[in-house]
Amino acid sequence: MELEKFYYDNRIVRNFAIAAIVFGVVAFLAGLWVALELRFPELNGPLSYITFGRLRALHTNAAIFAFVGNAMFAGIYYSLQRLLKTRMASDLLSKIHFWGWQLIIVSAAITLPLGLTTSKEYAELEWPIDIAIAIIWVVFGVNMIWTILKRRERHLYVAIWFYIATFITVAVLHIFNSLELPVHFWKSYSVYSGVQDALVQWWYGHNAVAFFLTTPILGLMYYFVPKAANRPVYSYRLSIIHFWALIFIYIWAGPHHLIYTSLPDWAQSLGTVFSIMLIFPSWGGMINGLLTLRGAWDKVRDSAVLKFFVVAITAYGMSTLEGPLLSTKTLNSIAHYTDWIPAHVHIGTLGWNGFLAFGMFYYLFPKMYRTSLFSEKLANAHFWIGTLGILFWALPMYVSGFTQSLMWKQFNPDGTLVYGNFLETVTQLFPFFLLRAIGGFLYLTGALIFVYNMIKTAASGKFLAEEEAEAAPLVGEYKKHKGDHWHRLIERKPVQMTIWVTIVILIGGVIEIIPTITVSSNIPTIEAVKPYTALELEGRDLYIREGCNACHSQMVRPFRSETARYGEYSKAGEFVYDHPFLWGSKRTGPDLHREGGKYPHSWHYNHMWDPRSMSPGSIMPRYPWLFSVDGNDATLDLSHTEGKLKAMQKLGVPYSDEYIASWQMELEAQAAAIAEDLNKDPNIEVAPNEEIIALIAYLQRLGTDIKNVEVVENQ
Amino acid sequence: MLKYIKHYMSVDGLEIFPLISFLLFFTFFLLVLFYVMRQDKKHIQEMSNLPLEGDNTDLP
Repeated sequence: MELEKFYYDNRIVRNFAIAAIVFGVVAFLAGLWVALELRFPELNGPLSYITFGRLRALHTNAAIFAFVGNAMFAGIYYSLQRLLKTRMASDLLSKIHFWGWQLIIVSAAITLPLGLTTSKEYAELEWPIDIAIAIIWVVFGVNMIWTILKRRERHLYVAIWFYIATFITVAVLHIFNSLELPVHFWKSYSVYSGVQDALVQWWYGHNAVAFFLTTPILGLMYYFVPKAANRPVYSYRLSIIHFWALIFIYIWAGPHHLIYTSLPDWAQSLGTVFSIMLIFPSWGGMINGLLTLRGAWDKVRDSAVLKFFVVAITAYGMSTLEGPLLSTKTLNSIAHYTDWIPAHVHIGTLGWNGFLAFGMFYYLFPKMYRTSLFSEKLANAHFWIGTLGILFWALPMYVSGFTQSLMWKQFNPDGTLVYGNFLETVTQLFPFFLLRAIGGFLYLTGALIFVYNMIKTAASGKFLAEEEAEAAPLVGEYKKHKGDHWHRLIERKPVQMTIWVTIVILIGGVIEIIPTITVSSNIPTIEAVKPYTALELEGRDLYIREGCNACHSQMVRPFRSETARYGEYSKAGEFVYDHPFLWGSKRTGPDLHREGGKYPHSWHYNHMWDPRSMSPGSIMPRYPWLFSVDGNDATLDLSHTEGKLKAMQKLGVPYSDEYIASWQMELEAQAAAIAEDLNKDPNIEVAPNEEIIALIAYLQRLGTDIKNVEVVENQ
Repeated sequence: MLKYIKHYMSVDGLEIFPLISFLLFFTFFLLVLFYVMRQDKKHIQEMSNLPLEGDNTDLP
């Protein structure tokens, strides 16, 4: 048969690679900065834009979507063309995908420091950006599936299945988690509330890890590891089982982020069981990746690419064993809310994602620039410095997590908490915080060496934008072999493949989410729980703007150590008007769900002005921009309050029409009362229209609905 | 307080969900396993060699 001549598009691969490298450095820098802020809270100076609460989201988004995202697209565009023996279907779609994605990243980098956030982790971007993400994602998917349809290779290699699963699942997750009702261009409320919002968010959050940080990277592993080792994957059969089992199970595991919370117990258990089951496909994949190097281990000594791959796959194995273990109730009760969780996450991102991306770029750049790597020595130096960086990052955080958790739970013989002051459990961790920053610094140093090496490599070669290739076209009907079966069929039928993948990933989501949302008995309502007042709602939005939920949970778990510290444990029915939920996932500071009424207004006033004046040694940043002091204008913006109340009403929060008509009077009365109380303090001079008043109103409301009931019952 | 706990534990008909899920997965897993075992060796070999073709960028 006559061979057709065509050209692979290397330009799009290179563009995504450069974007990944640039944003990677940004993500690592932001990470190092927030790590330092955790030890030296004064670092943000007078700037609200770079406080930990706002920058943390920037760091996570940059690492996930800008660094790993761009690296994954580079790898997909490279491998897809070659596995299908065709050029990408549309250069235009490739370009729209590239520039659209970078525009989204830039808009994230601008809006997050401004405090424009939905507060939902890894889905912080506001609704206009969410829509842009959906459109660009579809552009990527259309381009990919179109390319698959015009391929010259009949069968789809396993890497491509992983890419298809990535496209489908991320689309489903993103759309359902981002359903929100806009108030104005930069503000929206999640359509779900409380427990339901938490379940949908962590179904998304967990599967963002699964289908953005894992499945595409596994696809890259199945392509680039055989390529770099120059031998086929260890077991193709195992890869089929790996794929189907992984995508089936992963989607169920989300509720393990909510163990011991107010999520219905059956959903928690389901999350745990499926998380444990995940060990098997994950380790199947890890073994398959590592054993691909069978008989080639000597090459690992000489090849920096393979070194990076080996550590990446090992990190994948470690974190996919650790994750299921953390999903068990026993370990979760220790690890949740502590530094153990970021340690676990960073083994995944720095080790698995980061090192696989670095290995891939060390392989790709010399290929695309028709040259050899500028310096293998520097690549090896990067490898060792980076590996040390991961260890310095993770190990202190494991110790820190354990230390803090044990301190939280330690009781005196008389039944009181040994460390009743939360701050004591924080100051104990300072040495670990510093060690982590050193780890981050090492990892960043390694990455800078890598950047230098890539620039020099590119400079020493000539970029091959259009790479010539030849292959026979796919013609005629496929002749069925004897003994052909369904799987072989879908390996050459991409549309069926896509449909099957969709069905498989929907089963888990449907079984977990639909009952929680539709079965009302899952969330027992509590009569005493009332909607927030207009002032409290504005205060809550300030809490969201400042990213308080990055460091404070609002979920008292039903443990003696927590009820002794914080008060009554949290009930599902208390969150029914919380659009979005604000349970948080990390306690760098104490839980705030029972904060209401714990301290006088003046305590909060002084504490927000300078946390160290109330709690010496605290690592919370100052929030002077909430105060109209020294020429700063902190007047609370009321121009959208009515719109916010109406949006909440649409979402089912029972604000009466009369309340919406008279909110301003009530807001002013509540603010005046708080200001009057504060002004009794001779050191305080505050006007009722300052932002701090709204925030205090919200903090004083937190968790009090139930307290009042018990008082009534006791009477 | 106890009534809340009791409420979670005794939502009618929900215990069946984990069971259904497990059976679904297990059947699915067995199916995949069964068919994977039946694949012929030549096809598997062709498939696993796919990444090693289709790339003309051997270094100059």
